[in-house]
Amino acid sequence: MAQELRIVLRNVGKINPEQVDDYLKAGGYKSLEKARSMQPIKVIEEVKKSGLRGRGGAGFSTGQKWLFTYTVNSDEKYVVCNCDEGEPGTYKDRIILENDPHTLLEGMAICAYAVGAKKGYVYVRGEYPSLVDLLNKAASQAKAKGLLEDFDLEIRMGAGAYVCGEETALIESLEGHRGEPRVRPPYPPVSGLWQKPTIVNNVETFANIAPIIEKGASWFAGVGAQSFPGTKVLTLTGDIKNKTFIEVPTDTKVREVIYDFGGGMEDSKPFKAVQIGGTSGAFMPESQLDTSIDFDSMRKAGAALGSGAVFVLNTDRDMVDVVNRIAGFFEHESCGKCAPCREGTMRMQEILDKINSGNGTKKDLQTLEKLGRVMSLSCLCGLGQAAPAPTITAMKYFGAEFAAKLR
Amino acid sequence: MDYQAIMEKYQHVEGGLLEAFHAVQDEINYLPEEAIITAAKIFNMPVKEAYGVATFYSYFSTTPRGKYVIRMCKSAPCHVAGAEAVTQALEKELGIAVGETTKDGKFTLEFTECVGQCQKTPVITINGKPYLGVEPAKVAEILATCK
Repeated sequence: MAQELRIVLRNVGKINPEQVDDYLKAGGYKSLEKARSMQPIKVIEEVKKSGLRGRGGAGFSTGQKWLFTYTVNSDEKYVVCNCDEGEPGTYKDRIILENDPHTLLEGMAICAYAVGAKKGYVYVRGEYPSLVDLLNKAASQAKAKGLLEDFDLEIRMGAGAYVCGEETALIESLEGHRGEPRVRPPYPPVSGLWQKPTIVNNVETFANIAPIIEKGASWFAGVGAQSFPGTKVLTLTGDIKNKTFIEVPTDTKVREVIYDFGGGMEDSKPFKAVQIGGTSGAFMPESQLDTSIDFDSMRKAGAALGSGAVFVLNTDRDMVDVVNRIAGFFEHESCGKCAPCREGTMRMQEILDKINSGNGTKKDLQTLEKLGRVMSLSCLCGLGQAAPAPTITAMKYFGAEFAAKLR
Repeated sequence: MDYQAIMEKYQHVEGGLLEAFHAVQDEINYLPEEAIITAAKIFNMPVKEAYGVATFYSYFSTTPRGKYVIRMCKSAPCHVAGAEAVTQALEKELGIAVGETTKDGKFTLEFTECVGQCQKTPVITINGKPYLGVEPAKVAEILATCK
């Protein structure tokens, strides 16, 4: 059976998250010390060589992102941690931080040193007030010990807006505005917070940094899938036996996730579909279960790794009803800035509601497909672009269920 | 209430408007018109802009809410775990519909999307504190803990 491999969760259950001394005893902040003995560009090269790619869903090369900011001349640069995890079924960042807040602070401090930033922010979703307290405590302990040197860190709390997980919306929110995504380019590494070069990385991405600096790029590059090395923290929900979190190498198969780590289907009911990456992910049928979870394999299968949420459904589940609920999510969370998303999510919900209540027509299905295509191409940010994916893939693989509900 | 005193400490915090609104809501669970007008003055922005921020985020409310804000998660993992039955039990026990506040001003019932506690669904939160694996039969017991 496949084994868990804990890199970002290495300290879970082993240290007291409220005590910086515990983290230090476990070898904490040694990587920061090591990084500071290197030239900043060497740190970036090491991260780039490791092959680490963003764990928030976009899968962009972390080292390359850092290099963009490093090369920009600016009086001020920022390092921001995106802890606005709002993808339904996802709670990995909370698990990482509840157990090991300093792994984030260390990763951010290494990044700040590498790119030449002096100021950092952690943007924590409003749903996690206790994490704000824990991070403030951790930051003041680290500052008191002089571990962060001249790197100043502030913890900020969001207020319940899924779209703020999009990095430019998050930046707008940090600036005290409505959390509406910006038109890009320019991208944040060049012009972000207060128009200054800004690195925005996910909690899990930063949590990988200290181990990479400690053990070296080639060690990390050798773990998991070649084009998306390392591990991924997954959270298992739905009709699965073990509703828990796991950290596995990125070449683990979806089938292993469900049947080995997840213990299989709850109450031994037959498998129907799995949605990976949160509510914006595609639904995958049985025939796709041998896909490896890494970013590129998932994309090739027409799905996404996303946040790493794994939502499993058994054959008793009504796909139309589930997809209708998901459409309601996007209708509620669309920020309203761009028309394709504002109108599209609303119409999608309207049509699905109609089909789900038995009043849909064949033409409605065609409209859904067309609307989905338009949205995926024309929405301003990832929210609207990904919103149709669950509906379109459910129609593709479970079309008979939609047809059966038509008028 | 002295909104000026609550919010002015954030005047020089860059992007401090959200922090200031959080501070007001920590006191009274919503943002009255007067607080929004005061915030606009403190942060030197048009009132419409402060109002725009106040109404963008689901955790901010411009109408009064109860002492206890109950949020029922309706995201997909909670949905398939029976969120609807829990919602009905909450509505019945409180005698209000989702979106309303009890007459005594004690409880407000709202829907929320995922609160990130999906290890045991369905989930509700009461003033931010999560309750996991909530069953309709347990609702009365949970509400009784709110004094």
